[in-house]
Amino acid sequence: MLAQPCFAAVPARVVSLNVCTDQLAMLIAAPGQLVAVSHLAREPQSSAMATDAAAFAVTSGAAEDVFRLKPDLVLAGAYTTPVTVRLLEQLGVRVERFASATSIDAIASDLRRMGRVLGQEATAEALAVAMSARLERLAAAIAGSPPVRAIFLDANSYTAGAGTLMDSLIAAAGFRNIAADLRLTDTARLPLERLVLGKPQVLLVPERYGQPSQGEAVLDHPAVHGLIGHPPAIEVNGAAAVCATPATVATAEHLAAIGRAYAKGQGMADE
Amino acid sequence: MSEPASYPLLLALLATIVAILFAASLLTGVSGIGVVEGISALFHPAPGEEAVALVMREIRLPRAILGLATGLSLGLAGAVLQGYLRNPLAEPGLIGVSGAASFGAVLAFYTGLAGWVPLALPAMALAGALIAVLLVFAIAGPKGGCLRVILAGIAVSSLAGALVSLTLNLSPNPFAAYEIMFWLLGSLADRSMDHVAIAAPFMVVGWGLLALTARSLDALTLGEDAAVSLGVRLGRVRLLAMVGTALAVGAATAVAGAIGFVGLVVPHLLRPLVGAQPSKLLPASALGGAALLLAADLAVRLVAPDRDLKLGVITALIGAPFFVWLVLSDRRATE
Repeated sequence: MLAQPCFAAVPARVVSLNVCTDQLAMLIAAPGQLVAVSHLAREPQSSAMATDAAAFAVTSGAAEDVFRLKPDLVLAGAYTTPVTVRLLEQLGVRVERFASATSIDAIASDLRRMGRVLGQEATAEALAVAMSARLERLAAAIAGSPPVRAIFLDANSYTAGAGTLMDSLIAAAGFRNIAADLRLTDTARLPLERLVLGKPQVLLVPERYGQPSQGEAVLDHPAVHGLIGHPPAIEVNGAAAVCATPATVATAEHLAAIGRAYAKGQGMADE
Repeated sequence: MSEPASYPLLLALLATIVAILFAASLLTGVSGIGVVEGISALFHPAPGEEAVALVMREIRLPRAILGLATGLSLGLAGAVLQGYLRNPLAEPGLIGVSGAASFGAVLAFYTGLAGWVPLALPAMALAGALIAVLLVFAIAGPKGGCLRVILAGIAVSSLAGALVSLTLNLSPNPFAAYEIMFWLLGSLADRSMDHVAIAAPFMVVGWGLLALTARSLDALTLGEDAAVSLGVRLGRVRLLAMVGTALAVGAATAVAGAIGFVGLVVPHLLRPLVGAQPSKLLPASALGGAALLLAADLAVRLVAPDRDLKLGVITALIGAPFFVWLVLSDRRATE
């Protein structure tokens, strides 16, 4: 009654500044409720919903740009655009910060929180339940099958160690992430030597940008092509491991199918 | 100081240092492969040692070969340029040859040209290097004005550096901008036998051409007129020095980026040991360059193995104080 906080009302003009909140909001917001998303939302390398984002306006992320849209709610990442976010709060705009997901299991709770924030609890709940169900089915499907040794080799010889969303995705797909075995945490450098001696059975690689770079040339290094046992290189959509979204679950399901096929010795798409 | 007897000894000593550093380069890496295991995997991998053999042959061997060949190119080109221009500061890095080669390589690589046209990468780097040498030689004029060479070099190298940065900043690939450091400071990380195959033939031809200048450079120490009266064909020396530098430095830069100071420091360090004769300095400087670059690349891997430190950082850390010392000792000598 009296204690009802003023922001409990359903926000009518929502602006999102973070590629992860962009996607959660696009999934849940009522038509017209989400006014603008970040420019990254349209980049297929970062956003799994790049085509959906075309239907929304994008902001530069600058405070004046955002303020002009007269938002009654701004969605931000925990660390992104801190200056803009503080400025907007000083101007009296309500801001909700979302921590970036480091586990695929965060998807259900993130969806529910977004539902509460946007006043769309029913939509969010349905999605969250569906995602949890898919993850449970996935866990049941991979249970008991021998883990296939996999590693993610990103451009510039980076890999996803323990504590990353990619590591969680790899585990959810039933693989054993060698990077975690090598005691690598977060996003860490994986020198080619250690990749070779780690003897992965499956190599996960990023989708390439159109134009060449030295960073991506590492993926074509003769030592990578000559890896012992010639592990198949499977392209992973990087955007699926940036934010925990339905695309992350779909990617885990896709990888799990490949892993099961590998384990059965059926062979699969080669490099 | 330069008794003839000690010269073969000096070369033997330098060659031994290079051999030791080459072996050390092969045996240094993040994965702690033992000496015996590494060497046996390199030559006759035992069953079950295939992974170690792959590391030794495809990762460490090309790195060591490129370290040797790149250092040799820079040391030799530095000695020839200093001898030909009779300028103590003439050096592939300082006179803009490395920078221009870098720009050529960047154009070839990031436009995708290197992917479609085999050898476009070294060819464009060579072209860049050749244009820079041509420019500097032209500006230096027939008498090789000391100041003009350096001023022209500074102009060429800053322009090349700016063009490298511009090209990479404009590339639609977001990784490209981070690779400005590679092209301006050089690195041997993650190089492969493909890179060796691309660069080595050009470098070897370049070394041959540079070596052919030795006799003429000796005569040139007496001045141009005296050299001509001794039968030196100035146009030929000029062409050999230009094309040789472009080939050796251009090819090295195409695969390892622009590495400064090696061509400056090494000839100066060795000149007191071999005497004033450029023909004796060339082989010594070539070996010295190889030793310095192999040592710098070892330092890169030992000091900060996970940080992908650039080679130019190490060579500048050694080279810049040396440069200051060179200036100071020059002042003391003239005052």
